[in-house]
Amino acid sequence: MSKRLVAMVRPVAESGIAVVIGLVAGAFLMLAFGYDPIRAYAALFVGAFGSTAGILESLAFAMPLMVTAVTFAVGVRAALFNIGAEGQMYLGAMGAIIVGSAMLLPAGVHPAAATLFAMCLGALWALPAAILKIWRGVHEVVSTIMLNWIAFWFVTYLVRTYFGEPGRAERAIPALATARYPVIGETLTAMIFVVVAFCVAVAILLWRTGIGFELRLVGDNPEAAKYAGASSSRAILVSFLVGGLAAGLAGATQILGRPPSWTLYATMGNILNLGFDGIGVALIGRNHPIGGIFAAIFYGGLAHGGRFMEYNVGVASELVDGINGIIVIALAMPEIVAIIRRRREW
Amino acid sequence: MVRPLRRLEWYLIGVVLTLVLMYVISLAGFGIPGLIETGLLAMTPLALAAVGECLNEQAGTVNVGMEGIFLITAVLSVYWAEVLGSGLYGLLLGAVTGALIGLIFGLVCVYGKANQVIAGMGLNILALGLGPYLLMSIWAFPGIHVFPRDLMFQPIHISLGDGYFSISAVTIAAIVIAVLAYLLLRRTLLGIRIRAAGENPIAVDVAGVNVGHIRLLMCVVGGALAGLGGAFMPLGWFGGVVKEISAGRGFIALAAVVFAGLNPLLALVASFIFGFSEGVAFTVVVSPGVKEVVPFYFVQMAPYAVTLLVLVAAIGGKKFPRALGKPYVRE
Repeated sequence: MSKRLVAMVRPVAESGIAVVIGLVAGAFLMLAFGYDPIRAYAALFVGAFGSTAGILESLAFAMPLMVTAVTFAVGVRAALFNIGAEGQMYLGAMGAIIVGSAMLLPAGVHPAAATLFAMCLGALWALPAAILKIWRGVHEVVSTIMLNWIAFWFVTYLVRTYFGEPGRAERAIPALATARYPVIGETLTAMIFVVVAFCVAVAILLWRTGIGFELRLVGDNPEAAKYAGASSSRAILVSFLVGGLAAGLAGATQILGRPPSWTLYATMGNILNLGFDGIGVALIGRNHPIGGIFAAIFYGGLAHGGRFMEYNVGVASELVDGINGIIVIALAMPEIVAIIRRRREW
Repeated sequence: MVRPLRRLEWYLIGVVLTLVLMYVISLAGFGIPGLIETGLLAMTPLALAAVGECLNEQAGTVNVGMEGIFLITAVLSVYWAEVLGSGLYGLLLGAVTGALIGLIFGLVCVYGKANQVIAGMGLNILALGLGPYLLMSIWAFPGIHVFPRDLMFQPIHISLGDGYFSISAVTIAAIVIAVLAYLLLRRTLLGIRIRAAGENPIAVDVAGVNVGHIRLLMCVVGGALAGLGGAFMPLGWFGGVVKEISAGRGFIALAAVVFAGLNPLLALVASFIFGFSEGVAFTVVVSPGVKEVVPFYFVQMAPYAVTLLVLVAAIGGKKFPRALGKPYVRE
């Protein structure tokens, strides 16, 4: 095989092996409680990808994950572990409600204005972590998690007090009809095009612009970056801000682009963990915004198919998150392919 | 130029602020013993995990997955307690479960040469799914389980004249373990080897000591302590388990470790500060006069905000082991 081909196949193979490890571990967890893993996985994958409706629904589940994956990926490219997508996404959802539900704007501009405002709020919530990292060297894993929890209670407060739907205290006012993206089919809306375009834009930023080159250089080789005169502060700031925009967009997708509720529940029930799931999606997608799109579709399928697994076989759908975690652990090991090759010699 | 504050001066400021805070709180009519009781309860899981993480990081392995260990052991320890009919056994098996998770994490990091932060986050994500999955599979009820009261691990009551002061044996154990961990690191041969494994693993290897074994051992110890902390939350504190029982505490413990610069005694102090702020927040929130003015949601944010502020103020000047987070590869 040519070197170029190997360089392309290898990451896909690594992701594939990690996914298999995750699914096998998941099967053992099912066996431990007396469920039939083959029936469960059959229900999952047929439900997720076995029909047009299933595929559309899986894509709808994948939409927010494509962008929360960008948050983590663009962080890793600058050698940061930005796990703040969760909190930034809450703020994004809130931003979409502020403009999309509580303001009157003409139909053409309304979705765009709400989306942009949501993205800006996401970036704003990423800013403290960036500043603390640059100014005081506070590790982003701790600062972003603390900001996630503060965001959780802050957004809960706003939904419960100022933006609650009259007569339905458990959720915020739904997005107005003028602010909603058109529905393609099932619960998939045209917002997926915005999301994909954003992923492509980030890929272009990273690989086709000077600022992207600087960001990757700081991430790959900080010593060389310093020597070349690259600013690590600027790289960190850009990485956090782009990540925040992405997470904000992810939050907006669930308000402006997700029937049937078009709104945020005060428990965050309909957006909870989308930010953390993005970490696994980013890793399966090899920390590339385009790779993340495909990984998100796979994971969206797991998330949607998980409901069939629960309904038909009785396996709690949360197991899907557990499988995601095992995939992440497997992908953390750089030599996973080498280890297996040494044993099997293929 | 203003001279930066020395470490001792920071502690004095901390002590004075705590005393002032206590005075203000007592003026507002709250009992100090009650507040300290709550503070100690909240401190216990943080301190156990933080001390374990100090040992772990001294040997050169970062485990950001303590949140996940908390969650998994909290659920499983309740299961063990119900099966064996005793809160104490629940706590102990919680620690064993934590040690097992620590062992797996250690194997992944030491022999799989994993990126430790990613593996740790994987552990957290795993727990995010596994916690609710176990709750559902064991008790067939989503998200919450309350166990019989007699399974609670009972605290020790100390008479205080007109009332009594309650403290859990686990809290005392956490304090003793912190002191022991400090002595282990500073006064024993094993302690020197642990610190050397984090600082200069090549030297340890050359001296004929297996770096991997030391790191693995510390991962197991760290996991066991975090597991005990996770088991303490339902069995010694809340009296039930919910799917978000850990509520970021694994990361607050991580913040305590950073604040402490890997010193177990300081990690204990930091855990008390964070635990106390949680205790104060939850005492203040239910008091008349305050609950009408300050929304409950803002009080909920307090522990996280305090953690962030303390980190901002106290970071810098800390020395972390040079080989921290780097897998050791023999050349």
